[in-house]
Amino acid sequence: MESIAVLMMCPMNNYLEHELEKRFKLFRYWTQPHQREFLSQHAESIRAVVGNAAAGAEADLIDALPKLEIVSSFSVGLDKIDLIKCKEKGIRVTNTPDVLTDDVADLAIGLMLSVLRRICVCDKYVRKGAWKFGDFKLTTRFSGKTVGIIGLGRIGLAIAKRAEGFDCPISYYSRSEKPNTNYRYYGSVTELASNCDILVVACALTPETTHIVNREVIDALGPKGVLINIGRGPHVDEPELVSALLEGRLGGAGLDVFENEPEVPEELFGLDNVVLLPHVGSGTIETRKDMADVVLGNLEAHFANKPLLTPVV
Amino acid sequence: MENVGVMMTCPMSAYLEQELENRFKLLKLWEFPSTTHFLTQHSDSVMAVVGNTKLGADSELIELLPRLEIVASYSVGLDKIDLNKCRERGIRVTNTPDVLTDDVADIAVGLILAALRKICACDGFVRTGLWRNGDSFELATKFSGKSIGIVGLGRIGSAIAKRAKAFGCTISYHSRTKKQDTNYTYYSNIIDLASNCDILVVACALTEETRHIVNRKVIDALGPKGILINIGRGPHVDELELVSALCEGRLAGAGLDVFENEPEVPKSLLGLQNVVLLPHVGSDTIETSKAMADLVVANLEAHFLKRPLLTPVV
Repeated sequence: MESIAVLMMCPMNNYLEHELEKRFKLFRYWTQPHQREFLSQHAESIRAVVGNAAAGAEADLIDALPKLEIVSSFSVGLDKIDLIKCKEKGIRVTNTPDVLTDDVADLAIGLMLSVLRRICVCDKYVRKGAWKFGDFKLTTRFSGKTVGIIGLGRIGLAIAKRAEGFDCPISYYSRSEKPNTNYRYYGSVTELASNCDILVVACALTPETTHIVNREVIDALGPKGVLINIGRGPHVDEPELVSALLEGRLGGAGLDVFENEPEVPEELFGLDNVVLLPHVGSGTIETRKDMADVVLGNLEAHFANKPLLTPVV
Repeated sequence: MENVGVMMTCPMSAYLEQELENRFKLLKLWEFPSTTHFLTQHSDSVMAVVGNTKLGADSELIELLPRLEIVASYSVGLDKIDLNKCRERGIRVTNTPDVLTDDVADIAVGLILAALRKICACDGFVRTGLWRNGDSFELATKFSGKSIGIVGLGRIGSAIAKRAKAFGCTISYHSRTKKQDTNYTYYSNIIDLASNCDILVVACALTEETRHIVNRKVIDALGPKGILINIGRGPHVDELELVSALCEGRLAGAGLDVFENEPEVPKSLLGLQNVVLLPHVGSDTIETSKAMADLVVANLEAHFLKRPLLTPVV
């Protein structure tokens, strides 16, 4: 397969890059000074694209690559891929579900604990020597708080399971009620937000779920509520979120994703009731290797005419 | 009961102070230039002492309070109270178990997640603009599925185990005797526990026997990929050994809520990225502080009304 041309959209993982180079003819999109020329030059050879949460395969790119057969995403989210266009053109699409579920769910709980118990603020307090002059102030308990989950898929369920270990009652919103769970269902995100202490975004990003957390939802969550976003930045109306936090209309937020990564609204930097992470939901040594292996496994299967491991289209 | 003299050893809760003031004659030790000054004026009026993790009732103090009947600690830990002396003198002792179990277990898991997933370092990375500049943060380590070794499987240790299980972790423990009603793997030797787990959590009471229970040998057994979490007492861990192990890479990381000489924290730790350092906040939530204070007040009321104590230790 060394002659099969694969286009990698951005740096994402050294191991993956290395392995792709060993098995295929690897092109690195981000190193090309003139990307349009590059695409026309190689239009007849590129048969696979490897993307991630930052860059995938949008309509323009797909149109520019007539020989494209498969898009293999180093992510579970598919919002950067034009799935409809891929379906139309018979282009296969794979992602990396399951292998990253635990890490993302772990981080969601980590964000909840860090926000409610002010873990990062406390750590800074110690490091700057403030403890010598007085104890840190009281924070708020996590155990037993109601957790409302938007999207009860693999990741949402994994978050629920963990939160139950802390005796948190679980409620959720999704397009339809799930038959096999005892968790409390709400038919609207606003209702969910009114009835929980901590609201977690864990659904896929689609045109329907863009800004699913808007002003109304933030108001319903309220001045004691905490928002956790481990989905995609565009799930949340970011300017509304920022003003709610600055004005005290929302109790706090734990955010791993933002509307325009790596841009993060600077007004949040001075707040103690937010935790800001650089999209590290699946960022562990163990999981990134597993994700890379899924990408490689899918590409090899495709070019060997075998069934794909994790097809979406 | 307004004539009952209750001495509070140090500031610990404004709410508790208010509640004690409403019911008793509250004497605040810290408002006097020295303990000697206080005792000269009030040693004969003190019938109860309310202490905490910083300042309790040691042998000397107990000797100098002839009318002392009860020590009610605003803590579950009893290491600052001379229990033997209290037993000798027939002085009752109460603490605040159960009400703080969840909060302390939450902080233990919070420390594990913060240490393994580098949450505080990541937050700093964003706030200092490094992410915006195009740097990417290094990969962290997965928590789910790791093996947790708990030193002390009491209320808090069990609560930590319950939470860790929800992350698919395997649980093992060391305690003085094997617990009958659990399936967790027991190690009668703490070194074996440390050798066989990824994350070692200190959750036992501090006594003479458990002082420095985490020593050089245990740290070596935990090893260069191991993480130590301490939500017990600072003296559970040989702090000097811990610091050198961390600085020399013989231990992968640590999450510490307690230190040998609080509020002093070893300077060498302050520059390390692989540690999370908290100012003894295990039970410091609004909800739990109130519950702890209510329990202290309820124990004192019960005692002076000659009713059974709620949470007696002695």
